Parts: sequence; C-alpha cells; structure tokens
Amino acid sequence: MARPLGADDRPFDPEGLTVLAPGAPPDAALGARVVLGRWWRRFARNPGAVFGLAVFLAIIAMAVFAPVLAPYDPLAQGVGKPLDRPSVAHWAGTDSFGRDILSRIIYGARVALIVGIVSVTLAMVIGVTLGLISGYYGGIVDVVIMRVMDGLFAFPIIILAIAMMAVMGFGVRNVIIAVAVGFIAPFARVTRGDVLAVKEEPYIEAARLTGVRSLTIIFRHVLPNVLAPIIVQGALRVSGAIITESGLSFLGLGPPPPTPAWGRMIAEGQTFIVMAPHVATIPGIALMLAIVALNLLGDGVRDTLDPRMRR
Amino acid sequence: MVRFVISRLGQTLAVLFTVSVIIFALMRMIPGDPVLMMLGDDFTQDAYERLRSRLGFDRSIVTQYLIWIGRVLAGDLGDSYLNHERVSRLVLEAFVPTLTLVVASVIVGVLIAVPSGIIAAMRKDSAWDYGSMGFAIFVYSMPAFWKGIILIWVFSVYLGWFPAMGWVAPWTDPWQGLWRLALPAITLGTFFSGLVARIIRSSLLEVLDQDYVKAARARGVRQAALVYKHAMANALIPVVTVIGLQFGTLLGGAVLTETVFAIPGMGRLSVAAILNRDYAVVQGAILVGVVAVVVVNLLVDLVYAFLNPRIRVA
Repeated sequence: MARPLGADDRPFDPEGLTVLAPGAPPDAALGARVVLGRWWRRFARNPGAVFGLAVFLAIIAMAVFAPVLAPYDPLAQGVGKPLDRPSVAHWAGTDSFGRDILSRIIYGARVALIVGIVSVTLAMVIGVTLGLISGYYGGIVDVVIMRVMDGLFAFPIIILAIAMMAVMGFGVRNVIIAVAVGFIAPFARVTRGDVLAVKEEPYIEAARLTGVRSLTIIFRHVLPNVLAPIIVQGALRVSGAIITESGLSFLGLGPPPPTPAWGRMIAEGQTFIVMAPHVATIPGIALMLAIVALNLLGDGVRDTLDPRMRR
Repeated sequence: MVRFVISRLGQTLAVLFTVSVIIFALMRMIPGDPVLMMLGDDFTQDAYERLRSRLGFDRSIVTQYLIWIGRVLAGDLGDSYLNHERVSRLVLEAFVPTLTLVVASVIVGVLIAVPSGIIAAMRKDSAWDYGSMGFAIFVYSMPAFWKGIILIWVFSVYLGWFPAMGWVAPWTDPWQGLWRLALPAITLGTFFSGLVARIIRSSLLEVLDQDYVKAARARGVRQAALVYKHAMANALIPVVTVIGLQFGTLLGGAVLTETVFAIPGMGRLSVAAILNRDYAVVQGAILVGVVAVVVVNLLVDLVYAFLNPRIRVA
C-alpha cells in the first residue's frame, strides 16, 4: 500500500488522489469538522489547558450573569459595615464605603473581559490586515508599515497605554483603544512572516495568473492559510490585555470610579492593608485566577494549533 | 562582526526615529490648545501670538517636529508647566530609582531561576519539575502590584521584617537602601524568575540532548559535572536574550511596583504628570523610557552575538 511520504495525517487514500500543494498544511485537505475534532482531541489531552478553558468559561458566565449572581448592588454604599471582614452575609467582606466586595468582583469581571476580548480582537483585525498588505504587496508599502510596527513594538505595552490614556482621557472605551494599539505590532509581524512564505505557493501563483483580484487572493486564499499562528497569538494576548487593564486601573488611569474594576479595587484596598487586608487581597485572587487560566489556555491553544512551538 | 554591529546600529536608529515620530504625534493629538493652557485665564491677543510663535506652533508640522527633535537631541526636553523645572532633570532623577529596581529584579530573578530551572531539567517529569514549573507559572501570573501588596502585608505589617515603602539610594546608605529595595525587587524579580526558569529548563533539556553532551555522558562524566561544565554555558545564552526582550516588560512592571512601594520613580512621575496635565513631563518620561528599552535591546543583541559566534559570522 503506497502512501505518499509524510502523509500519515491524511485520510486513507490508496491511490494518492488527494493532491496537496507542497508545503500546505495537511489539514487544508480535510473538512472543517474533521480538523476541529482532531484539534479538540489534542487540546483535551492537556489538563492545564482544559482547566484554563473551564475557568475562563466560568468567568464569562460570571460576567454575563452578574446581575443574577451578585448578592448586592456593586455600587450601593453601606450595605454592610465599612471594612467588615468576610462573613456569611458578605463572603468577601466589605470595602471602605461599606460596599459588598464579592458583588464588585463579579461585576469587575465585565470590565476585565470586555477589555481583554475586545481590545485583542481589535488589535487582531488591524494588525492582521496590515500584516497581509505588508507581506503580500511588499516594496515601499511593506517598509513603511513594518518600520511603524517596529516603532510601536519598542514601547512597553503599559507605557504606551499610559501615554494613550494621557492623550485620550480615562474610561473603558479608551482603555480598550490603548491596549489594542499596543498589541497591533505583534499581530502584524506574525501575519507578515507567514504571508511571505504562503505567497510563494503555486496555488497563489495560479490564482494570480487566472486574473483573480489581489484582495480576493489575500482574503480568500492567503488568510486561511496563515490563520493558525494568528489564533495562537490572540489566545496568548488576552491575559496580557487584562493585566494591562488592571495595571491602568491600579494607577488610577482606568475606568473612572465607582465602576468596579479589579485593579482599582486593589489600589483602594492598599490604604487599608493594616486594618483590613481582605479589601486588597481578595480582588487580586480573582485577577490572578483569570490570568493563570488564560495563560494555561493560551499555551494549550498554541500546543494544539502549532505543535512545532511546543516546549 | 563589524557588519553585524553596523546593520544593528542602523536598525536601532530607524526604530528611534519612528518612536520619536509616534511620541510627537501622540502629544499633538491632545485635545485643547497648549498655548491657552500655558497662559492661564488672563492674557492679551498679542501675548497669545507671541507665545504661540515662540513655541513654534505657527510653523508647519514637519518644521515643528524638526525643532522638537533638534532640542531633544541637544538634551532639552522642555520645562514642566507646573513648576517650570527642566523636564530632563525631573526625568533623570526619576529614572535612577526605576532602573535600580529593574537591575535588582534581574539579579533576584536569575538567582531564583537558575537553580529551579536546573533542578527541573535534571529531574524532568519528577515532582521537582512539576513543582518548580508550577511555581514559575504562578509567580509569573501574579500581577506585580498585587504581589507587592501581599508582600507588604506579610513581611511588613505581619512580620515587621521590612519597611513597607520608601526609597533610599543604595549608594548613599547601602544597608537602608538594600533593605528598602528588597521587597520591590522580590516582587518584580519573582515575575522575571518565572519566565527565566522555564527558558533555562527548556534550553538545558535541548542542550543535554546534543551529541557532545551524550558523548561526555558515555565517557562516564557525572550528571552534575555534565550540567555545570558542559551544558550550562550554552543553556545560559538564551537568558541573555530574555533580559533584552523582557527589559520593556520589566520597566513597565517597575512602574507599577514602585507605585505600590511609594518609590519616587518614572511611574509616580508620569502618573502625577498625567493627572496634572503636565504634558511636557509625560512626553519626556515616555521618550526616555522607550529609548532605554531600544538601547538595552541593542546592547543585548551585541552581547549575544559576542557570546554566540554563529550569529557573529552570519
């Protein structure tokens, strides 16, 4: 039974009828369902990744069902004694305004998730588009785009975000923009690198020769073949976005009070670290759990989609 | 090597140029008229025009950039709107504590990461391996500012071993300085150690799998000697790269850490400047921070090329 070399991943194909472009991922010849199924089995073998996914889904549920789950109004002052320790009535205690900390943590998940997901998506859309254009067209366009990306890449994300907040003013929307701008460069770089490899493939050449428009080639033929590393980048960056958001809130440059944001809750709690350590420490547990989960999830997605990068 | 150095210098200059344009453009996007802000409420039209032309706002945007970058290159970052001090002096004063914290954190981080990375690699898939790598992910995922508060709570408030905050330069009073620097450096250093330990482990595992190490093992060299004499030198090269790649992250982490410990560094300076709308200071602080990152990256690349002849020649 002659099977083409290195084709163990393909379905049984005794005649070798499945023609693959050289260098194209073998997954490209399979149906989407088969590929997704295989990815899921690979992902599910990694206990850390599954734990990360479970916690991430739990946080999403917490954010979506916050009004049902939160025992108190997160903004209502004096629902308990100020700086009260954790008790049956207030599982995570109360802060200096007598607000219920658990309710604020639950609502705080909204800010963290919205910033984490929206900013990374925004950065992905812009960065990938720039990377596609830069890699596909090359020449002066490539040089200009990539030099700007090099410049952006030199900024530490929190410092760029601080600068942007200084210019734009505070608020959730501006935090999203600031974090997104900081993440454009990595997406553009990853995309461009893979586009350079893919655009030399014969099927791209063939499409070009038959007169398919450049934009169609880019989005229909190039993009699907460079998607895996982009998704990996996206998964790895969400935790960074949440860390940046909480850092900005901690510095007092995030969503203005009284919006519950984990970083600001920790900052407010630091003042009372001697008499009421729970005010600063408990919101941090939520933040850390979210970041650990997202890091494990990101690592799992990387190992699943790009086994070469596995450490 | 000379060609490598020259091409790397060229890249660095290009990046610095782009960075300067980005910062210049950002500061021009601030809503409101900076001339009106500087004049306050009581002024004449004539005074307005004079100040506007003195600051160069009546020229084209390219000329304005050239004037600005010329001053920056001469070391003039302008004056603070607030107290009319030189921005360059304010920023450099604030940069010293921040840089000290970063350097101390790198030292703490490497001191923790090297042994834990070696143990993890030598006893791969053992409880030691899982324990130290789990710890690495744990400390890496703790946000610096929260970790700092926990350390203050445990070691200052509860145990009373370290002061909770404040800054004394270690070179004026070594004992006080290092004592106060300990908790901030542990805060940021453990983050760095989490990153480095994982890299030491994986690069050591890779090196231990190489033929020359296998040959040494076949000659009967003991495991410990194998690691320290034969593998470690090569496994440490990636650590140099990580210091370069992560210098920016460390600087960002230092900005947050020093806020927790009330260290008068770049973080406090720039946040106070933002809240006071003192944009010349914001601009100067960010410029100096990013330039430091770019320069450190250049230095690390050069050191890396020096350590690794394969890069130098290519």
